Amino acid sequence: MEKTSISKKQLLELYHKMVLIRRFEEKAGQLYGMGHIGGFCHLYIGQEAVVVGIDSIKENGDQDITSYRDHGHMLACGMDPKMVMAELTGRFTGYSKGKGGSMHMFSKSEGFYGGHGIVGAQVPIGAGIAFANKYKKNSCVCFTYFGEGAANQGQVYEAFNMASLWKLPVVFVIENNQYAMGTSMVRASSTEEMFARGLAFNIPGKAVNGMNVLDVAKEAAHAADHCRAGKGPFILEMKTYRYRGHSMSDPAKYRTREEVQKVREEKDPIDTLRSILIEKHKISEKQFKATDAEIKSIVSEASDFALNSPEPDIEELWTDVYAG
Amino acid sequence: MKTEILMPSLSPTMEEGSLAKWYVSPGDKVKPGDIIADIETDKALMEYESIEEGTVVELIVKEGTENIKVNSLIAVIETEGTEEINIRKVNDIKKIEPVSADNYEEVTSEEDKVDSVNINLEDSKKLNNETTENKVVNELTVREAINSAIAEEMRLDGDVFLMGEEVGEYQGAYKVSQGLLEEFGPERVIDTPITEHGFTGLAVGAAFTGIRPIVEFMTFNFAMQALDQIINSAAKTNYMSGGQINCPIVFRGPNGAAARVAAQHSQDFASLYASIPGLKVVQPFSAEDAKGLLKSAIRENNPVIFLENEILYGKSFPVNIDPEQIIPIGKAKTISTGQDVTIISYGIGMMHTLEADKKLKELGINAEIVDLRTIRPIDFDTIIESVKKTNRCVTVEESFPVCSVGSYIGSQIMIRAFDYLDAPVLNCTGKDVPMPYAENLEKAALITPDEIVFSVKKVLYKD
Repeated sequence: MEKTSISKKQLLELYHKMVLIRRFEEKAGQLYGMGHIGGFCHLYIGQEAVVVGIDSIKENGDQDITSYRDHGHMLACGMDPKMVMAELTGRFTGYSKGKGGSMHMFSKSEGFYGGHGIVGAQVPIGAGIAFANKYKKNSCVCFTYFGEGAANQGQVYEAFNMASLWKLPVVFVIENNQYAMGTSMVRASSTEEMFARGLAFNIPGKAVNGMNVLDVAKEAAHAADHCRAGKGPFILEMKTYRYRGHSMSDPAKYRTREEVQKVREEKDPIDTLRSILIEKHKISEKQFKATDAEIKSIVSEASDFALNSPEPDIEELWTDVYAG
Repeated sequence: MKTEILMPSLSPTMEEGSLAKWYVSPGDKVKPGDIIADIETDKALMEYESIEEGTVVELIVKEGTENIKVNSLIAVIETEGTEEINIRKVNDIKKIEPVSADNYEEVTSEEDKVDSVNINLEDSKKLNNETTENKVVNELTVREAINSAIAEEMRLDGDVFLMGEEVGEYQGAYKVSQGLLEEFGPERVIDTPITEHGFTGLAVGAAFTGIRPIVEFMTFNFAMQALDQIINSAAKTNYMSGGQINCPIVFRGPNGAAARVAAQHSQDFASLYASIPGLKVVQPFSAEDAKGLLKSAIRENNPVIFLENEILYGKSFPVNIDPEQIIPIGKAKTISTGQDVTIISYGIGMMHTLEADKKLKELGINAEIVDLRTIRPIDFDTIIESVKKTNRCVTVEESFPVCSVGSYIGSQIMIRAFDYLDAPVLNCTGKDVPMPYAENLEKAALITPDEIVFSVKKVLYKD
């Protein structure tokens, strides 16, 4: 069921989600600066088209798992911005009762399996979720996201081998934002073709313009179909870019302002979709403004909810160490 | 010249084996490299080649004979040469009729039943209120007990599956998973590549969705490759998700020193895993505990580290074979009562402790012996109650001394029962060195019953 034509309504939904992620992340950055969010905080700004495009082709029961740069994934899969922001600020109303923070959030009901703080660890776990799909004989696919930096971890290839050997329904999504913290891909990887990293295991792969949500959706649908047909895993290399530092504490001295500026001006995923909406669907400035206003209120509501929520009771220190 | 063919030792811990099949008969000519017999060890069926050239004179043991001690005479070959050597009498070999697996219980020789590590059944019945009134008791090895626990739980729950290296077609590197592939099929008994980090992460992901993997590590030494997934993913996710995503998984396999396999293959990981919140850690000694605790571990909604021991796999114990006999995690077992000193141990440490206890009895010392069974959470109620009675305590374990289980128990006894102590708590542990290979050094690195006796005498001021 390849999505060749996407309706105006669907396009507006994609736009809505991408803008929501961007404004949410800007707000998170602001709250971090004010000391309301602590620890590590990795923003997704610039990469929005990847998760929004993939989410648009997901079917009921499909799962997601990703690294610590996870806010966008949660918002894309329908998790409540209020509870995500509450978790970022360490409040009891957050998804993990304030005990996980930015990097460790989960929603079993939305099929979101985290939020993992160890680079690459989510890759075999994602293959395991796909293994469970096969074991349970359902038709779900697990979208397993990791960066081009994590793609150099050994366990990624252990997972590739087993996923291909056992034909597990997993789409490995390599979000290639070109920098593994401060190390550019060419300085860390012997090859620039991340999509080809699975060839030794017979896993097909494809490079995708991760700054165009429609390209992402089209290729993701193709990859998911491959999995659902019982053909095993698929690798999608999403060529994307992060505008902010690796985390809030990264001054990003390893690249020039001009480099970032050029991507923002020429390739921004939200502007790209906006142009399509204007040119093909005659969406007016007024309509965009209404959407922007709506999102602004969602984000400020999330922020207010978080800041007005209580911290966890001190007794919560001792709960959830073990499941009942 | 007549040459003796002796029962070979084919694995580090092999003490005896079976002669599954003879490929030669008296009168047959053999040359080096010819397969003369199939020898079955505790691990595998191995082809045994002749290293001699000559003619088979006599097959001393019959095909199908079990429990043949290593280095005992199995055949005689006439080789080139003039000098005749004396052949040991056939009577030196214990005559045992061939047995099959299903009448194992009846034909096990009396001598095997009174294995030195066996716990007296009546004693354990008195002391162990977990046992039911009309229990059916069979003699099982620890290996068979673990196998039956897995099989029973897999029959009960379709979400339980076993994965690991060589668990399926090979029938288990230590034969623990023997027969499971045949009964449950390759979808539930899954041979993995040699990829501990990867398959551990994969199993953790599967467990997050609610199915119940049993992950076999060929030995826990190899789980070092997977520590990140065990500690950072399996143990912590329930907490980090505010209780949303738990991880019902068992990590099991042999742990601790085997025999002559040196530093990288000989270490007890109990204290390492026991320091991690979110994990439960079990190390059984007897077959009954291995079975009952593994069943509990499989039903647990949390990750359980289940530490087995290669040397104990072949030891037999009386086991209540009722499939509903489960033993709760977190409960220690008082093996024998005494008033002079409390000895606390677990796993193979119990074997040394029971050996030491015989010597202590000769010295007129009545020890109360507590088998911890679970290392996390530790059953301090049982420990403190016993120490309050005996006022003295010695801990026994095979692991390294620094940050050992015994050192933690000692500190807790100091905190919880300081006024009851008449002597410092002493820890018997392995030595603070990587395990050496040389036989004498390895022996020196491990705990011995004599060291336990020495420590007990010391806390009783009898040294």
